[in-house]
Amino acid sequence: MRLAIVGAGAVGRAVADLATSHGHVVTALADSTSAAVDPDGLDVSAALARKDETGRVGHDDPERALSADYDALVEATPTTLGDAQPGFGHARTALERDRHVVLANKGPVAERYEELMALPDRSEGDVRFEATVGGAIPVLSTVEDLGPERVTAVRGVLNGTANFVLSRMAAEGLGFEHVLAEAQDLGVAEADPSFDVEGTDAALKCVILANVLSDGGYTLDDAEVAGIRDLPGSALDLAAEDGRTVRLVGEATREGVRVGPRLVPENGTLAVTGTRNIVQVETRDAGRLNVSGRGAGGPETASAVLADVGRLPA
Amino acid sequence: MSEQRSRTESYTVRLELEDEPGELLRALDPIADHGGNLLSVFHERGNLTPRGHIPVEVDVECHPDRFEDVVAALRANDINVVRAGQQRYGEEVTVLLTGHVVDTDLSDTLDRVRNCAGASVVDLSLSAPEGTDDVASARLRLAAESGSIADALATVRAVADEKDLRVIEPLAPEGGEGR
Repeated sequence: MRLAIVGAGAVGRAVADLATSHGHVVTALADSTSAAVDPDGLDVSAALARKDETGRVGHDDPERALSADYDALVEATPTTLGDAQPGFGHARTALERDRHVVLANKGPVAERYEELMALPDRSEGDVRFEATVGGAIPVLSTVEDLGPERVTAVRGVLNGTANFVLSRMAAEGLGFEHVLAEAQDLGVAEADPSFDVEGTDAALKCVILANVLSDGGYTLDDAEVAGIRDLPGSALDLAAEDGRTVRLVGEATREGVRVGPRLVPENGTLAVTGTRNIVQVETRDAGRLNVSGRGAGGPETASAVLADVGRLPA
Repeated sequence: MSEQRSRTESYTVRLELEDEPGELLRALDPIADHGGNLLSVFHERGNLTPRGHIPVEVDVECHPDRFEDVVAALRANDINVVRAGQQRYGEEVTVLLTGHVVDTDLSDTLDRVRNCAGASVVDLSLSAPEGTDDVASARLRLAAESGSIADALATVRAVADEKDLRVIEPLAPEGGEGR
């Protein structure tokens, strides 16, 4: 397939980098200020090298990527809340051109689900978004394969940064601020970690899951969200004395979305350590499925994007 | 007499004892003193709880009216009763409270939880490394009649909300989260 990639952060770059090995051709790559377009296939490494040197992938206007020749648009711009722009507009433009859209951007799927899912009705294109939940872990395709009507709940540890902080606090008896600073030094946490530690990122993923289970109806405003910023180390100590620990757990059902620190058995399934994520899918007929793995990162998320590209009708 | 005898029931009482000489006797005396007939004592020496206590399971036969007295006498003797009987405390749940747990009147918090829905605070651990007038944490183990745990948790949430405390709940009712 010919791919246009909008967004040249860790995920967009990794998709561009891995596309060839999946048998695809990248015909356009855009960042926020520029685009590189070539209908015969871009020299991806040259564009990425240019991005490293000059901060721009190419010399074209970024809008040119949207009107370029492609079969599927990969939307990998940063997640925005509310109107979810410019991501939503990118998806709409591509679908109006009868092209497929694969999103890594959570905004449109969490905040404007019904509008987004109505677009393919008037288009030859499809929309997919596996990469928005759980990084490399096949969460949404698992739900899709089972049939959302046969899934009663999905819960899990869906933010690696928060999980890293909680694991370190529990293992070393250190305070939140200390561990967060360490996570920032290691590049596990961003300079502004609020999206992760306040639970917003996990909540967006759960909102997307709730939308899939209920065929829409949820946005971030409907989620009950608590983070881990004010969690004292003493809470983790008391939990450990009792064979338990605390994890930031998100839950999505047809009744709603809830994200917050929860007590879980110390050696239980949900007590994954470090940046690892885990998702539990409760099924009507087949009990509980546990899927765990890397929930973030460029190549990891790109693998989910490219799996979606592979699922598109040719 | 025979009718009286036929009305006795057997109860399983689960205790956690300090690892000190004489503790087991101190736990068994109140049972006999209140008319309980000891059927068996399972003393799990060497199998310590995470807090270094020894779990002991006692099967007691007594008249249903006396069982409450037996449990009350154990608690009066500062014996940590984890579980008492099948019906009275059918479910248990452990929650954490964080925030200004101590200086927002901890005993009032506990009283209000106890007074709701037949719930009982069977264990409390407190950690206040910054002092009692700063942010601290408490771990509460609540027992309630079957079906009442949700009410007990709702009370905890309401009290915590009023006192600006955080409640960290287990994911599902105890045992619901598979290992």
